[in-house]
Amino acid sequence: MVQLVHEGGGALGAPPGTTGRSTMEWLVRRAESVVIPLGAVLVGLALFGVFLLIVRWDSSRSLGAALDEVWTAFELMYTGGFGTAFSIQNTLSRAAPLLLAALCVALPARLGLVVIGGEGAIVLGGLAAAVAANVFNGAPGFVGIPAMAIAGAIAGGLWIGAIGALRHYRGVNETIASLLMAYIAIALLNHFVEGPLRDPASLNKPSTAPIADNFWVGPIPGMDVHWGLIVGIVGCVLAWILIDRTTWGFSARIAGGNVRAAQIQGLPVGRLILVFTALGGAFAGLAGMFEVAAVQGSANGSLNVGYGYTGILIAFLARHNPLAIIPFGILLGGIEASNGLLQRRLGLPDASVDVLEGILFVVVLLSETLYGRFRIFNPELRGSRA
Amino acid sequence: MSVAEVIPVPAEPVAPAALAVKKRAVSVETIGMTKRFGGFTALGDVSVRIGAGTVHALLGENGAGKSTLVKCIMGFYQPTGGQLLVDDREAVIASPRDAHERGLGMVYQHFTLIPSLTAAENLVISRPHVSAVINWRAEKRRLEEFMARMPFQIPLDRPVAELAAGQKQKLEILKQLYLESRFLILDEPTSVLTPQEAEEVLGLLKGMANAGDLTILMITHKFREVEAFAEDVSVLRRGQLTGHGRVTDLSRQEMAAMMIGSKTIAAVVQRVGEPDRDKPVLDLDGLAVVDRSGLRSTNIDALRVHSREVVGIAGVSGNGQKELAEALGGQLKPTAGRIAVDGVRYLGTRDETRSHQVRFIPEEPLKNACVPNMSVAENLSFRTFDEDGDRQVVWLRQGRIRALARSLVERFGVKTASIAAPVATLSGGNVQRAVLARELTGEVELLIVTNPCFGLDFTAVAEIRSQIIDARNRGAAVLLISEDLDEILELSDRILVMSEGRIVYETDRANADLGAIGQHMAGHH
Repeated sequence: MVQLVHEGGGALGAPPGTTGRSTMEWLVRRAESVVIPLGAVLVGLALFGVFLLIVRWDSSRSLGAALDEVWTAFELMYTGGFGTAFSIQNTLSRAAPLLLAALCVALPARLGLVVIGGEGAIVLGGLAAAVAANVFNGAPGFVGIPAMAIAGAIAGGLWIGAIGALRHYRGVNETIASLLMAYIAIALLNHFVEGPLRDPASLNKPSTAPIADNFWVGPIPGMDVHWGLIVGIVGCVLAWILIDRTTWGFSARIAGGNVRAAQIQGLPVGRLILVFTALGGAFAGLAGMFEVAAVQGSANGSLNVGYGYTGILIAFLARHNPLAIIPFGILLGGIEASNGLLQRRLGLPDASVDVLEGILFVVVLLSETLYGRFRIFNPELRGSRA
Repeated sequence: MSVAEVIPVPAEPVAPAALAVKKRAVSVETIGMTKRFGGFTALGDVSVRIGAGTVHALLGENGAGKSTLVKCIMGFYQPTGGQLLVDDREAVIASPRDAHERGLGMVYQHFTLIPSLTAAENLVISRPHVSAVINWRAEKRRLEEFMARMPFQIPLDRPVAELAAGQKQKLEILKQLYLESRFLILDEPTSVLTPQEAEEVLGLLKGMANAGDLTILMITHKFREVEAFAEDVSVLRRGQLTGHGRVTDLSRQEMAAMMIGSKTIAAVVQRVGEPDRDKPVLDLDGLAVVDRSGLRSTNIDALRVHSREVVGIAGVSGNGQKELAEALGGQLKPTAGRIAVDGVRYLGTRDETRSHQVRFIPEEPLKNACVPNMSVAENLSFRTFDEDGDRQVVWLRQGRIRALARSLVERFGVKTASIAAPVATLSGGNVQRAVLARELTGEVELLIVTNPCFGLDFTAVAEIRSQIIDARNRGAAVLLISEDLDEILELSDRILVMSEGRIVYETDRANADLGAIGQHMAGHH
């Protein structure tokens, strides 16, 4: 095949080593990955507005009145998510598991793997934490809580790490495997909470035995939000440091960007895949542990409410940058928190938030094609008018 | 170049009636056909006449411009200059569909049939216009009539997946005849056939051509086929027509010389010193590698590369060179045998590449040695980002990465808008310069290079070859795997030829004989 050669064309002819404004240039390049996702969110919200116009269409009303109602819906979303001290706490409580679930997507994504089965690691992490709480029943809290956390992280890590191993050693597509294995994980949870591990006292909602009182993870002082939020934020910061500041993270980025380039450099691609998938799974497992230790008090079907799936959306919005997961996680937490208010005040169906999340996801995926196209963010495009 | 500048006169529209009666072989002629990609001339001023009812062979090495020429004829590319005549009338072929309407068809090297469908179904759906509802009974009847007129038969109602490779190739040819192609381009038609099948298929096609039903342009590497089946031959080299004539007037040596060129091009950089035969660096012993399809095996019984030696591996593409390179690069796991560097088993881990100073320059560096959307600076650091002297480091040091990038960009003359620009924004030559800068700094003990100059212009080529010789002069052992025979002859101290997954010929620089190398490349041992 003939390869296109643009020798010495346009901007590429600039003298090498012109790095005088490198900090400014670095900022401008980084701005691209902030502006485009935010733009995508705005476009997604606008499309959601169109959706609301359609579902609430009533030919007896004027368009102005209909638009007023859409505006009201956005106001309610803001109020429900961020408008009051109560709603902010509600939002942050929902954000806690979402941050950890998003890491389960973002970390493997750095190796080029699309893992969408974080839900499986969450439910198994929660189940393992509940089992650990039973095993350590009677121990002091400073033993029992870390034991639950470790059990949750190990369960989630093994589950997603197994997906990495299947991918690396057997060539199994990790996206499909993780999705299907999430269903297996949910089935396992149901089997154990309705069968061998069921607490006979849980009548309406089959659950494992409640955890001991001293194993409950309490709220952050001065808030109603449990410590899972802090763990989620710390997890995001640590993951960012790992990816952005360490040579291991750099190796993973090389392997994720081009596995052949990594192989000729002798980088341990297989080990990187196992470590990053297992680490992502461990974070998701921790999310399950906090649901048990701070919200439910036992493992039950409420572990399986879709945090893992919302985490996928957050990770894509954040372009798999763990620091960006924090604001987007809180944004999505807010959107989910406002769902109740939208239902009550506007009579919108309960699935409206799912529709919004679906629209956002499509727009975010489409926005991926815009990177590297704007001259303002990509200095090398300027002047090459070929 | 004067002809290349001629502006094509708009061709007269094709009258449908004229097409309908065109049942006989058509002739095709290119006049000053030129195709440029940016600054690179893939095809320069090529004039070839393929007479109606003849079998015409098109010879040339990889990258000589054969594909470009036929793609211009078939409408996949629009030529930069020159004209195309079909049946002596000027034709502008804007798309493969235009080519088809003028009776031009092509059989590709790789099958284009749908394996799960039967031969009959494949034929019917290949037509440009198929009605929404297919009357299979009528189609079957017509297909049977068609088959009765054909020189070879294929079972119509069996799925193509069940057919042998030779039958599939025949079906591909039948498909073109079914589509009423009167000018047929065959792209290395015998690469998937056994010698007997090749003989049969080409013999029958030659018979059709000589009967005046068909004109054939056959792309090939194999002199034997040219001599047995073609009447005329045209030879391309580096995009230029280097020779043409009646096959009966030309000897194999003459054709090889046209294809390969007269040698003794001035060495880019003088080689200094002789190979150190007492110091083997790379040593392969009984290496066996199976390709990704699991079907083809590459077996290297013994291969040694010594310090201060360039060993060139010549061969037609797809004869196991890629598998050899991937086994060395740790991308394919050998099924048997041993790779040793400095006498120690070598598996390609980072520690090993480092302690033995093994470097790779793969072909198509953007695809195989870089992460396209990472910056130039980051790409330049791949080899060294995690080391500080002999120490492994955990924390990434952006300052050091940028400083290294600035010095390499300057020393190797990599033209980039900025070291923060994604490496994908660089030109091909500059990507290759960046990879050389990364891989050739510091001491190099073993260098494994694959098609380093593929698709690059001549200045970049000379520069890159100089770098390779320079590394050799400093004592590196170099394994050069290349499909460019000029490159092999220019750079190698010792030349090996690979064919069908094995090393079939070896010669040293002083005694290198082009004819012998060419014949071994073409599969005659």
